[in-house]
Amino acid sequence: MASSSDLREKLRKKRRALQHSLQVKDDVDADTQALVPTDRSQSKETAQRDMEELTAGEEEPGDTLRRNLKAQRLRRRRKLEEASVDDKSMVEPFHETVGEVTAVQQISQSDEKPVEPCVVSSPAQSQRGDLPPRPQAKPVPGSSHSESSTMRQRMKDKLKAARSKAESLLQQEASQDGPASRLQSLKDRHTLTRFDRETDADLRGGGDDHPSSLNVKVKFREAVRRVRVDSKSEMGLPTAEEAYNFFTFDFDPEPDEETRKGQKRRTRPEGENEEGEDGGDDDEEKEEEDKEEVTEVDREHQGEDEERDDNAPLMRDEEEELFLIDQSADDFLVFKRAEYMGYQRRLQSENELLFTPSFLTVPASSKVPENMKPRYLEEEGLYVGERPPMSLTNQNILENRILKQEQGRKWFGDDGRIMALPDPIKESSTRPPLFHIEDDLDPALQTVYRKALVSKHASQYISVGGETNGDYQLDVDVSGLIFSHHPLFSQEHVLGSRLVQLYDQHLSRQHRNLTEHLTTKLNGLRNTIGNMLEVHGGQRLTPVMQQRISEYKQEVRNTRRLRDLEQEKDRTLLKGIVKIWKEIKALRDFQRFTNTPYKLYLRREEVERASDVREYEAEIQAEVDELLDEMEEDYQRKVTEYRRQQEEWKVWRRKQRAKNKKKKKTQSQLDDNEDDEDNDDDDRTDGEAEPGPPKPKPPEEPDMEGVEKQVSEKASRIRRKPGEPILVPELTASGPITPNEQCPRGEFARREDVAKRSIFIKVLYNDKEVSRTDNRSLNSDFRVHFGQIFNLKIVNWPESIKLQVFEVLGLSTTLLADVFVPVPESSILTGSAPSEELVFSSNLRVMFDHEAVGSDVPFSFEVDGSNRQTLLTSGKLSCSVSWAVGEDDVPLAPPTTQPKPMYSGLKQLDAIASIGASGLNDMKKLGEWATESRLDPNDPNNADIMQLLKVASSGEVTAPDYFRLEQLQEEFNFVSEEDLEQSRRFRLLRLRNQEVAEFRNYKFVPAMEREVTDKVFEEYERRLKEGEIVDTKGHLDAHRALVAKHLHKIRESIINRFLIAKHHFIMSDLVQEEQVPTIGILGLNLFKLAEPKRPLKPQRKERKKVTAQNLSDGDIRLLLNIIRAYDIPVRKPSVNKPAVTSKSTRSFTETLTAGQSQRATQGSDWLLNQVQVRPFVEVSFQRSVLQTTTADGPNPCWNEDLQLPFSAPNGDYSTANLQSMKDEIFINIFDEVQYELGGDGEDRGKEVHTRLEKHWLGSVKIPFSTIYFQSRIDGTFKVDTPPVLLGYSKERSLASDGGYDAVRSLTEGAFITLFITIEPQLVPGETIREKFESQESEGLLLASEVFERDAAVHFPDRPCLTTVININGKTVFITRYLRPLNPPQELLDAFPNSPQEATDLIARYVSLIPSLPDSVSFAGVCDLWSTCDQFLTLLAGDEEEHAVLLCNYFLSMGKKAWLIIGTAIPEGPTTYVLTYEQNRYLIWNPSSGQYYGQYDTFCPLQTVGCLVSADNVWLNTQAYTSPLRIRFDVTKAKLWKPFFSRAFPNPGLSSVQPEELVYRHTDQAAAAELQDRIEKILKEKIMEWRPRNPTRWNRYCTSTLRHFLPKLELSRGRDVADEHRLELQSLLGDYRISGFPLHLPFSEVRPIVEAVYSTGVHNVEASNVEFALAVHVHAYPNNVLSVWVYLASLIRMR
Amino acid sequence: MTANSPSVFLLMINGQIEGANFPEYDDLYCKYCFVYGHDWAPTSGLEEGISQITSKGRDSPHRLVWNFPLEITFKSTNPLGWPQIVVSVYGPDTFGNDVVRGYGATHIPITPGQYVPLIFSSTPLSTPPLIKDLLSRHTRTIPMFVPESTSRLQKFTSWLLGRRPEFTDPKVVAQGEGREVTRVSSQGFVTLSFNIVTKDMKRLGYDTTATETTHTHTHPVAAGFGPGNQTLSM
Repeated sequence: MASSSDLREKLRKKRRALQHSLQVKDDVDADTQALVPTDRSQSKETAQRDMEELTAGEEEPGDTLRRNLKAQRLRRRRKLEEASVDDKSMVEPFHETVGEVTAVQQISQSDEKPVEPCVVSSPAQSQRGDLPPRPQAKPVPGSSHSESSTMRQRMKDKLKAARSKAESLLQQEASQDGPASRLQSLKDRHTLTRFDRETDADLRGGGDDHPSSLNVKVKFREAVRRVRVDSKSEMGLPTAEEAYNFFTFDFDPEPDEETRKGQKRRTRPEGENEEGEDGGDDDEEKEEEDKEEVTEVDREHQGEDEERDDNAPLMRDEEEELFLIDQSADDFLVFKRAEYMGYQRRLQSENELLFTPSFLTVPASSKVPENMKPRYLEEEGLYVGERPPMSLTNQNILENRILKQEQGRKWFGDDGRIMALPDPIKESSTRPPLFHIEDDLDPALQTVYRKALVSKHASQYISVGGETNGDYQLDVDVSGLIFSHHPLFSQEHVLGSRLVQLYDQHLSRQHRNLTEHLTTKLNGLRNTIGNMLEVHGGQRLTPVMQQRISEYKQEVRNTRRLRDLEQEKDRTLLKGIVKIWKEIKALRDFQRFTNTPYKLYLRREEVERASDVREYEAEIQAEVDELLDEMEEDYQRKVTEYRRQQEEWKVWRRKQRAKNKKKKKTQSQLDDNEDDEDNDDDDRTDGEAEPGPPKPKPPEEPDMEGVEKQVSEKASRIRRKPGEPILVPELTASGPITPNEQCPRGEFARREDVAKRSIFIKVLYNDKEVSRTDNRSLNSDFRVHFGQIFNLKIVNWPESIKLQVFEVLGLSTTLLADVFVPVPESSILTGSAPSEELVFSSNLRVMFDHEAVGSDVPFSFEVDGSNRQTLLTSGKLSCSVSWAVGEDDVPLAPPTTQPKPMYSGLKQLDAIASIGASGLNDMKKLGEWATESRLDPNDPNNADIMQLLKVASSGEVTAPDYFRLEQLQEEFNFVSEEDLEQSRRFRLLRLRNQEVAEFRNYKFVPAMEREVTDKVFEEYERRLKEGEIVDTKGHLDAHRALVAKHLHKIRESIINRFLIAKHHFIMSDLVQEEQVPTIGILGLNLFKLAEPKRPLKPQRKERKKVTAQNLSDGDIRLLLNIIRAYDIPVRKPSVNKPAVTSKSTRSFTETLTAGQSQRATQGSDWLLNQVQVRPFVEVSFQRSVLQTTTADGPNPCWNEDLQLPFSAPNGDYSTANLQSMKDEIFINIFDEVQYELGGDGEDRGKEVHTRLEKHWLGSVKIPFSTIYFQSRIDGTFKVDTPPVLLGYSKERSLASDGGYDAVRSLTEGAFITLFITIEPQLVPGETIREKFESQESEGLLLASEVFERDAAVHFPDRPCLTTVININGKTVFITRYLRPLNPPQELLDAFPNSPQEATDLIARYVSLIPSLPDSVSFAGVCDLWSTCDQFLTLLAGDEEEHAVLLCNYFLSMGKKAWLIIGTAIPEGPTTYVLTYEQNRYLIWNPSSGQYYGQYDTFCPLQTVGCLVSADNVWLNTQAYTSPLRIRFDVTKAKLWKPFFSRAFPNPGLSSVQPEELVYRHTDQAAAAELQDRIEKILKEKIMEWRPRNPTRWNRYCTSTLRHFLPKLELSRGRDVADEHRLELQSLLGDYRISGFPLHLPFSEVRPIVEAVYSTGVHNVEASNVEFALAVHVHAYPNNVLSVWVYLASLIRMR
Repeated sequence: MTANSPSVFLLMINGQIEGANFPEYDDLYCKYCFVYGHDWAPTSGLEEGISQITSKGRDSPHRLVWNFPLEITFKSTNPLGWPQIVVSVYGPDTFGNDVVRGYGATHIPITPGQYVPLIFSSTPLSTPPLIKDLLSRHTRTIPMFVPESTSRLQKFTSWLLGRRPEFTDPKVVAQGEGREVTRVSSQGFVTLSFNIVTKDMKRLGYDTTATETTHTHTHPVAAGFGPGNQTLSM
């Protein structure tokens, strides 16, 4: 023992060391591996161990290690065991038996036999873990029981030795299987467990070679072995001492505890003691459980292991306990076997508790009460709703379940089916919209009043209102249908149906019995006639009577005819029936079977032959009599007629004769013999000569016998023969039909086909399917009975009720026909509605290969196939539609009084339509119709029309004799037309709406008439009046007035046109859209990124443009940057210094040197005086005036920004309005002059009073429209200075006499540099690109369009014009305007020797024609070009007219001249004239008459777009546009692109200009008169402008000035100043004079006044100021007037 | 005002831009302005305004709520040119550019009356108009639209650059002239509610209240501006 314990100690140490290392590796594994084999897990573990040793190669290294260790252990144990041989010998055989028993037990279990009592436990139980591990658990002793433990150890060792021996055997077995077996075993364990023990047993029985069985067996064996061993040990098989110890130490206290613990895990733990009993008692149970649970073993296997994981450490301990003595209380566990219930028992007990309803159909008998048969309500014709769909299985289960219950039967209906509500799901939505809004609803849900609208949907519903509240119900009764033809008809059926039809016809005829009715009527009539004749027998009948009788006779005749017809029909019908019946019979015989059950019986009604014959005879007789009568009458009438005619003829003939005789006498005798030949010949010849009445023929005698024969013939034809029995056909359907078996194959197939088919009918209400009938199979008689009533609760107005007949064959349904059922009148109620038969038919083509005839297929009854006929499917559907009757007998029909939707409203207007004679609107016709149709006035049906007729005949109803298109127009006129005209307010509104200029944006048209004053219209009316009356006074010239009027009219029409065009928008007007960036722009943008942020020379950037729509006053300002000015006239060093030289002899050529000479003379003065001039600039625009600071010197630099507010007229910032603005910006340069005023005597020297005076030096006028169109104006402008400025001289400063000024010296006058723009920038309106009609050829227009477009694409900044619009609004090619035209001869004559002078004069003449920019007058619409004669007539025009005229003059003077289309400052796009003379190009400004050299820097022309000559247009294709930098040589194709080239030669356009201009001589007297007038007006104006100061006129000065003016005119304003001054100074030595002459072309007085005002001369406030004013008008030919106004202010110096 | 003979009538508008329904966009704000005829002039109140930016809520993922008050009084002599409110909605696009999301306009209701708030506050804006009209007649749901690009390329570049086409002036949507040259696509809806008070309209001969409805006492709206608390009590 000691040795063994020593050994064990060693082993334990070794093992621990190993375990430590292993534990780290895998705890779980360690757990399972280290398990001390308690209970099943132990056994399993052992088994596993065995197996694992074999399969170690496959296992994890840890496992392998452990296994190796175990193997070692085992080996050691074995050695030990070998050492104790006796132990071994004792154990081993036992061990063998255990193995045996296990196997046996397994088999016995599988056989479900009770286990032998000796077998203590079943292996299954052991597997489950509640098998007696106790012996092992128990041996786990407390720490105190070291002794027992050693004892036990020893026993265990023995046991193990024995076991290992057995295992080694097993190992040998297992080794044969190899590692694969393990997998297999794993796999097979499932199968094993699933299929009970039997297979297991078989396998077992079969041998242990099966790996799975081996595995299981091993386990079991292990467990059993353990148990055995334990029980052996328990039973004290070892030594007594051991047994004692064992029992004393282990057994006593612990079982209970362990039991308790076992209970935790196992529901049925059992003590070992009970085991034996249990084994007996619960054998079955156990086995059952076993079976069940074994199946779960594998599944639970894992779980159980885990379950025991809480034990796992224990078990390891336990295992360790082999070497260790550590114990814990948890180890004391009791494992009991589970309570087991046998399968059968369980089934039984379950059967007691559970109920499984069967799938099978419950027999109907059990569902209905005893002795009752199920009723089928459907078959009884009651409506049974469709049950909700439910699968049959579920239904059966439910039924079975219900039947089990108490009173389960009450769930079944009479038909033996579970009671079920009909399927609540409707196939179509029938829910009405929210209509039932009660009063107590939420206020928010209240109805809202809406004006009645005839809406499509609203009208569909029967409107709410009334108490019935739309509770309407239609009953549609579909009773059935009969096919009159069906594709499946056999031939017999065809005949049969025909027979039936005929029979039906017969029946209906019989029912109506028309024949009888007519016969009675006839008899009655006859009797009446007879009576009448009898009563008055023999006597002479009164005409009334006669009339009556004849009427009656007429009636009789009609009735008889009708009766005969009816009788004939009856007869033929009968014949037809019989014939068809015969055919059927023949067919039946032929085909040897019967298809139809029809049988025709002909019932004979025997008649009494004698009476019948009598009646027959009498009838014939009566008829014959009547006929004879009639014929007689007829004959009589004819005879009388004949006689009358004959009389006529005779008379005529006699006349003819007489005539003829005369003729014949004159003619030859030859005719004589012919004469007596016959009258006829004569007659004929005469007739030829002159037609006469034909010879009447005597009427035929009526054929009495014939009549009788006819009558009897007819009678025999249409009536039955006397004595013949009355045949009454009776059709029954009772005949036998040949059964299917006896039919030939074709027929059989047909019948089969018939049986396959079924029919159903869909009910559609308002084209919505509301219901459908059941499928009813098609019977052999092709009658389908439905007998279904559909109750339609309706909310929509019934529009249509449609029944659709469908045929079902298999799964396919075919629509056979639509049957429309009329919507019933509201009086037709369900109870009383007759069933209607509606015929339907279908044109489906159906063909069969069997007997059936098909549809739409020709077939024949004959054998030879002749007499083919084609029948279409047709039939009769019997149904009835009626309104339902409610519970309280209230018909559920919508009220008829309610107006029906739309269409019925129209119907009601037509009263006549209600009686079915719609369309008879003509009362007269209606009356005629009424009398004709003999309406019964007493018939209530006709009451309406009678009423109407009465009214109509009284003549009250008269149709209007006019047609009104809009009969409601008057309704909309809220005031009468006169009121509309008279009302000032309405007038105002209308004028505003018409966008009349004065009212265009008129605000607040007063609400009341009285608040509109007449003042509003004053201006407008005045304007209207102006248009009519020529205001000669204002214009001073009748001709001008006429021209003005003409101009005005043109303007008006253009503006109107424009106003219309203004309402045409283009996309960009409304939508702002970014342009798609092109590659170029993108590149440029990229390039811009690299730009310096603040470049040294910044360039102006384009500002964002603002469309002028959302602007208001104050938003827009006008920005002026006044930079500097050059060559401002300087003050003359004043006074008292008479000029040394007289300049009167200076010539034109000396002009340029004038400055120098002056400087020479006056330089010293200037040096002394210091101050030359102190100019400042004053800008006035729209009555707001701003001025700059004052600068010094003749070349001042201000560089000042001025901001002027801008407001559009009427606050209308639309583009059109801005374009048409005529405001101008005046930029005036003044000289600020300070004068010291001498103070009063004593203050002199102390106080200095100075007075500032501003002297006008010059001005620049820029129209706003230019700024608007140009968006900015930047440049140096020539200041418009007067030719003579008194007190000033055009002095040039000494300093400026450098080389730089050499260029400038070419020009004269002052210049100012300006920059003007509008802030924010406004988008100028696009000119309306209206298509104007043209007389140019299409090709030319196209070419010009292309040319212009090309120019616009390549040179967007160069204006290019090829076509222009003439004054009539037609497109004209531009070259047509150029043609040499003669200037006024007197101008040419003026300077006969100097062509240059003449040229100047002509240019001056042209510039004197008033300029009227048409972009202003025509609001930017377009340029209108007038021809030169028009221009001279109108005496107003744009730059282009001036240019054209000037160019034409130059051409006529033999110069080379072109028009320059370009842009200039400040005009913008304009037209200049280019001349080529003396090897240089001169640019002429036609509006000013100025000319510039090509290299003149001050030339206003900035851009040259194209040149126009009389025969071509050249586009500037050079790199530059400035005239300074381009070459004007148009022959260079590189520089100028011609319009007409070799490819497109000039077609030789004729000119629109006249051949020659005719000039009128101006009336000098009129000019003189005008002169006086202007002077007077101006004087008045100046006095008016000086309201606070007296205005004194210096007469002397005035007269002096007046003398100067003609000279000025002659010298064209050039350099006469000095002379003036000298002269004036000599005269007015003690006056300080400042003044100047103004020169203007004359158009109107107003501009002159404006110009005078703008100079501000009148503003001199000095008290002693005097004024001088002189006017001179110089008349040029054709009323071109040049106006000079000389203004001066004089201040007396002492 | 002179009691006897008024020369102008007054139209007072109280209301609010309740919100909008723009299924795809978020973080929108709106501007409004009034467009009216020549005979109209605002006497008090703001003629145009711009709202806060609103985002969609979590519980109402389709609704943008501004609740932006409108209050303005007009005087006029003539119903011609009855004021219209023009609403334009803006919001950021994918790249954060502020772009227009919709324009819309509607006339100010002509009849005096008040706005009955929707009872079903959760009712989405897309409820059928029938019900909504039943609920309050001074609520307007304006369908919104934006001008379309002229071409696909334009559309793409405008999307890319965040410069969608816009109306030169939002006011053009209140006028019919020139609209034929534009193409628009619809966007969403904006809901406005109004309370309208008029003065002296009847005196000047303009009867804008529906006479029929004044008879039915059950109708709260028809009572005009007088008995306001009556409607509230119901």
